[in-house]
Amino acid sequence: MSSTFETVAGIIAETADIPREQITPESHAIEDLGIDSLAFLDIAFAIDKAFGIKLPLEQWTQEVNEGKAPAEEYFVLKNLVARIDALVAAKQA
Amino acid sequence: MRLEYFEMIDRVTSLDRDAKRIEVSSTVPMESPVFEGHFPGHPLVPGVLLTETMAQASGYLVLGVMGFTHMPFLMGVDKARFRTFVGPGTVLTVTAQLEHEGSGYAVTKARITAEGKPICDAELRFRIMPFPEGMDGQMRAQARRIGLLEETV
Repeated sequence: MSSTFETVAGIIAETADIPREQITPESHAIEDLGIDSLAFLDIAFAIDKAFGIKLPLEQWTQEVNEGKAPAEEYFVLKNLVARIDALVAAKQA
Repeated sequence: MRLEYFEMIDRVTSLDRDAKRIEVSSTVPMESPVFEGHFPGHPLVPGVLLTETMAQASGYLVLGVMGFTHMPFLMGVDKARFRTFVGPGTVLTVTAQLEHEGSGYAVTKARITAEGKPICDAELRFRIMPFPEGMDGQMRAQARRIGLLEETV
């Protein structure tokens, strides 16, 4: 997997105290890994710092709550990693 | 400071919105019911109230920087260190620096000193949410009491 995934998986393992081997690209952060909203903000902070970006969590939450996007779009790790890569690319452009 | 009312901040002495830094002043009261239990005959400000003081300074910083559009709620305290005791009558200087503005959250580093000596420091995290009904006015009133609104609005 990508180095982005490895970084994110490491952050989740350390921040949420989840064994690294349980974390896969197909893992749903909430449903599979049991990460609650408070822990997810800690993870977001670590991701923001690691990649120099600002995850648009408020926008994502609003889209999910309004039914405009499924939660999987943001919280399945391979999708989260793709969005991080896109944010990093946009920042570098 | 009125410890029993959780009014931890006496006065905002500076707010730099560009540098995202606040400095406030607070004087520990000579008497408080808090000191009757902590500790009898040996009054000391509890560490939890020093943490609250750093959180309130940080919270007013976030309010000031964001222009009172949202309310910061304390959600995490990391790396808290209490380096010396604080007794009645101590004049505290509290500083807070906004370290990161995330989406829906903020992170600050805060410290308290007295006569230049370090008292405590911590990294604090806040969830940033819309004001609950009616809280906007209350926070503005508190901010006006400590001189924050004169600086920001």
